[in-house]
Amino acid sequence: MATTFNLSSEGLAFVKKELGRYETPYSAIIPALFRVQKEHGWVSPDAVIFLSKTMNLPEAHINEVLRFYTMFNTKPVGKFHIQVCTNISCAMNGGRELAQALCKHYNVQEGQVSADGKVSVSRVECLGSCDTAPMLQVNMDSYLEGLTPETAIKKLKEMGA
Amino acid sequence: MQVKLLSEHYDKPEFQALGGYERYGGYVVLAKALKMDPNAIIEEVKASGLRGRGGAGFPTGTKWSFLPKNGEPRYLLCNADEGEPGTFKDRVMMEKAPHQLIEGMIISAFAIGSKKSYIYIRGEYTDSIRIVGQAIQEAYKAGYLGKNILGLGFDHDMDIYVGAGAYIVGEETGMISSLEGLKGQPKLKPPFPAVQGYLRKPTIVNNVETLAAVKYIIRDGASSYRKHGTEKSAGTKLFSVSGNVQRPGTYEVPLGLPLKVLINDICGGLKPGRKLKAVIPGGSSAPVLTGDEANKVTMDYEALAQMGSMLGSGAVIVIDDSNCMVDILSTIMHFYHHESCGQCTPCREGTGWLNKIVHRIADGHGESKDIDLIKKVSEQMMGKTICALSDAAAMPAISFVTKFRDEFEAFIKKGQIGAGGTAHA
Ligand SMILES: Cc1cc2nc3c(=O)[nH]c(=O)nc-3n(C[C@H](O)[C@H](O)[C@H](O)COP(=O)(O)O)c2cc1C
Ligand code: SF4
Ligand code: FES
Repeated sequence: MATTFNLSSEGLAFVKKELGRYETPYSAIIPALFRVQKEHGWVSPDAVIFLSKTMNLPEAHINEVLRFYTMFNTKPVGKFHIQVCTNISCAMNGGRELAQALCKHYNVQEGQVSADGKVSVSRVECLGSCDTAPMLQVNMDSYLEGLTPETAIKKLKEMGA
Repeated sequence: MQVKLLSEHYDKPEFQALGGYERYGGYVVLAKALKMDPNAIIEEVKASGLRGRGGAGFPTGTKWSFLPKNGEPRYLLCNADEGEPGTFKDRVMMEKAPHQLIEGMIISAFAIGSKKSYIYIRGEYTDSIRIVGQAIQEAYKAGYLGKNILGLGFDHDMDIYVGAGAYIVGEETGMISSLEGLKGQPKLKPPFPAVQGYLRKPTIVNNVETLAAVKYIIRDGASSYRKHGTEKSAGTKLFSVSGNVQRPGTYEVPLGLPLKVLINDICGGLKPGRKLKAVIPGGSSAPVLTGDEANKVTMDYEALAQMGSMLGSGAVIVIDDSNCMVDILSTIMHFYHHESCGQCTPCREGTGWLNKIVHRIADGHGESKDIDLIKKVSEQMMGKTICALSDAAAMPAISFVTKFRDEFEAFIKKGQIGAGGTAHA
């Protein structure tokens, strides 16, 4: 099947390098999926076909790995993907209210992308920053910690959201 | 009260980079260790009484001696997946002192004769990944990693593997599956990883804190390490304290410290006017303690086991009387249901049921038989599965409904009381 999916030349070079980095090529699947997500925001079925060919690994296997891990988006997310921790310590300190307030502010349903494609808000399990509860992670990178709805919105605005 | 053995220099930002780390004695212990007999290191670790800091508390030296004696290739795998809710001390350790972990790992690798190690870091920890990655590069440049380390004839390579979000890969055989490029599902034991692990080769899996502690055992000697802690729970432990305390954070204390000292003196106690209702002493898998129990217990493996709970990962979640226990249990059950890898029926179905029943109660639709149903389902989940996640979900469920039965019953009788509220009214 022909696919229109592609990676940048740096991305391609990265995947090739990862293929030789570990004892088996299979270990390169997670890093390759992360790379796809970094460039495209999510991992589409076309991306899996592309990786399967590029890495010479079975498509079914790549799909299994893709679906096992929660950090991989199998559908598009917002340009600012906001993940609010609602595990014990965060919930005790207002994490769920924070998630609700953000949904309201950005006019988006939990787990959905805002109409302009800019923001998505979802809940996640403990991110290992329970002493700064409640907290959230933006685009699976920056931690915003010790939040109230107001400070969260302000910090997110400074980041461009 | 606090004993800063591992965390002595965590307040110094320069400790993160190699130069600063060396200024405070970094890699001096490595040079000492590489001149020792590897078996003598294992014996020293055994004698120190060090027990795994990742959750199970298994004696580290004993685990190492399960490795086959022949010269087969073997791997060291550092567990930096830190997914147990409430736990954040490994992140602090990696960000404040990446070289401390690396030095502890090279010493441990030398002891067990491993030429290759991985640090498996959860993908969400982007700062840790970057900081540890830089530190590994620095260590290579300085000759602490690679061929013929410090000219003492030991070769060792170290790399990072980045996880992609799955609590279950914190379980050691799940981690091995994940590192092998498979779904991160646990494997049946035996064979244990020390005999057949990564790529079916002998593999030692140890937590970040365990491996970092090895450095101090070799630096000071086992008997000096044993001066901290109790007879059976030797040494210091980093506790991640969160919830309703004035000063949440990571604190290193000797094992055996009374929990109330940790909460009241080190963490500044509760907010004025609040009463201690409960404490989860070792991460969300640890059975909950009532306020009374928490005021009596000491933080060591034995005392917590005697109270029917466990030290686990050392994640202490302090719960005051403004919280609702039904609500907290519903959060915990949602977590285990979400994280079950689905291989074993008792776990897959059991976590689903527990989640459903506890949420039903929390939503005001509970029935009087539900409390006993929770216990029954939980009992059927224990000791029957490939890994301990199933037990880890069942144990807190039983403890919550047993110790806070009144509250669950009141919820069932009166229907829903809003989140954060209490059902006793
Ligand atoms: C469901 C589950 C999750 C676990 N998560 C972690 C974890 O995040 N970090 C960790 O070090 N150990 C975790 N463990 C324990 C590991 O299986 C293993 O015992 C540990 O890494 C061994 O290291 P230690 O002996 O140094 O503690 C987990 C165990 C189970 C059953
Ligand atoms: S007990 Fe649960 S998490 Fe562990 S292997 Fe079985 S299904 Fe997976
Ligand atoms: S509970 Fe939110 S970071 Fe741990």
